[in-house]
Amino acid sequence: MNINLTLVGETIMFAMFVWFCMKFIWPPLVDAMAARKKSIEDGLKAAERGKEEHAQAKQNAEELLASTKNQAADIIANADKQANVMIDNAKGAASEEADKIKVHAKAELDQEIVKARNELKGQVSTLVMQGVNSVLEKEVDTKTHKDMLSKLSKSL
Amino acid sequence: MASGELTSSAYIKHHLQNLTYGKFPDGHWGFAENAIEAKEMGFMALHVDTLGFSFVLGALFLFLFANAAKRASIDAPSGFQNFIESIIDFIDDNVRGSFKGQNRMVAPLALTTFIWIILMNTMDLVPVDWLPVLAQKIGAIFGIDPQHVFLKVVPTTDPNMTFGMSIGIFLLILFYSVKEKGLGGFLGELTLHPFGKWMLPANLFLEGVNLLAKPVSLALRLFGNMYAGEMIFILIALLPFWIQWSLSLPWAIFHILIVLLQAFIFMTLVIVYMDMAHQKEH
Repeated sequence: MNINLTLVGETIMFAMFVWFCMKFIWPPLVDAMAARKKSIEDGLKAAERGKEEHAQAKQNAEELLASTKNQAADIIANADKQANVMIDNAKGAASEEADKIKVHAKAELDQEIVKARNELKGQVSTLVMQGVNSVLEKEVDTKTHKDMLSKLSKSL
Repeated sequence: MASGELTSSAYIKHHLQNLTYGKFPDGHWGFAENAIEAKEMGFMALHVDTLGFSFVLGALFLFLFANAAKRASIDAPSGFQNFIESIIDFIDDNVRGSFKGQNRMVAPLALTTFIWIILMNTMDLVPVDWLPVLAQKIGAIFGIDPQHVFLKVVPTTDPNMTFGMSIGIFLLILFYSVKEKGLGGFLGELTLHPFGKWMLPANLFLEGVNLLAKPVSLALRLFGNMYAGEMIFILIALLPFWIQWSLSLPWAIFHILIVLLQAFIFMTLVIVYMDMAHQKEH
């Protein structure tokens, strides 16, 4: 148990070991462990973010689906309404047209009637004239009688 | 027992003698053949066994950890790598907990002291006669008298070893005290505290004792514990061989605790002393 040069030797050896440990052992191990810790943390964070994004996307999809459904319902309702309007319009137009045709036909008919009557009147006056001619057998002043007759036929 | 012709006292003395290589009083260098010759060498002597075992164990520590450091990557560690990294984590936690300064040297210092001391203390668990007797057999091959072949297996039972480490720590304490606080700050801490400047000699005495007690207590605590443990193993080895296990087994199991505890205490105190050296405010 003598104190001797061993003391110095051990101090030098200790210093060398500490230096080696500080230079070649501690930094790479600690750096690797810190890097691993960071990558695990990042991974967990990314997973968390992915989860959130997934939830967000799901919600978006649901919202989109719901709004699309609403839109579709609106479109169908609009189409129904429009169809009804169109049918109503068509009905109105058709009845109007029918009325017009009716009125037109009536007017034509009236005209025909008037025309036929006038024709008839003319024929009647000629017939009367012939009849009178044959009754009287005498030349009548045709011109005078014609005026008279046309007066007559007008009053008819 | 090593040999029937030995007395108990000679056996114990033989086990407590280092293998000493040094300068004889007449000037030539050589191995001491007995305790008296070793003592006569004085300071100019080396304990070859202490130096050898501590170097081999320190190199083993550096080899294992450098291996782990080379394989350290961002991928999941496995087996041995995991074990090394858990030790690193443990040391790192301790340093972060106790050391408040900024110094990249403290954590490797703590790791080196911790593992090196554990390995050296663990040599105590090797049965006390194995390596010394092996050395004697090897010595006998070279024609050396077995009584002159000494081998002390546990480096930490040599005060040269423990004081060697604690002196290294002491130098670091002085260096960082001066570096962090300035020479004036460090001297002020030694002389102006705790009683103010009019009691300067008393302050210097108290603080000086306080400062010197750090390396001395570090070295003596480790040395004392390991020396006592080794002594008890040697005493147990004096018993008849068929009864030895009944005492050496419980003591060895208990000694595992001491091995780890002493290394841990040494490391913790090193961290605390380094922290004190870095503290600017008292």
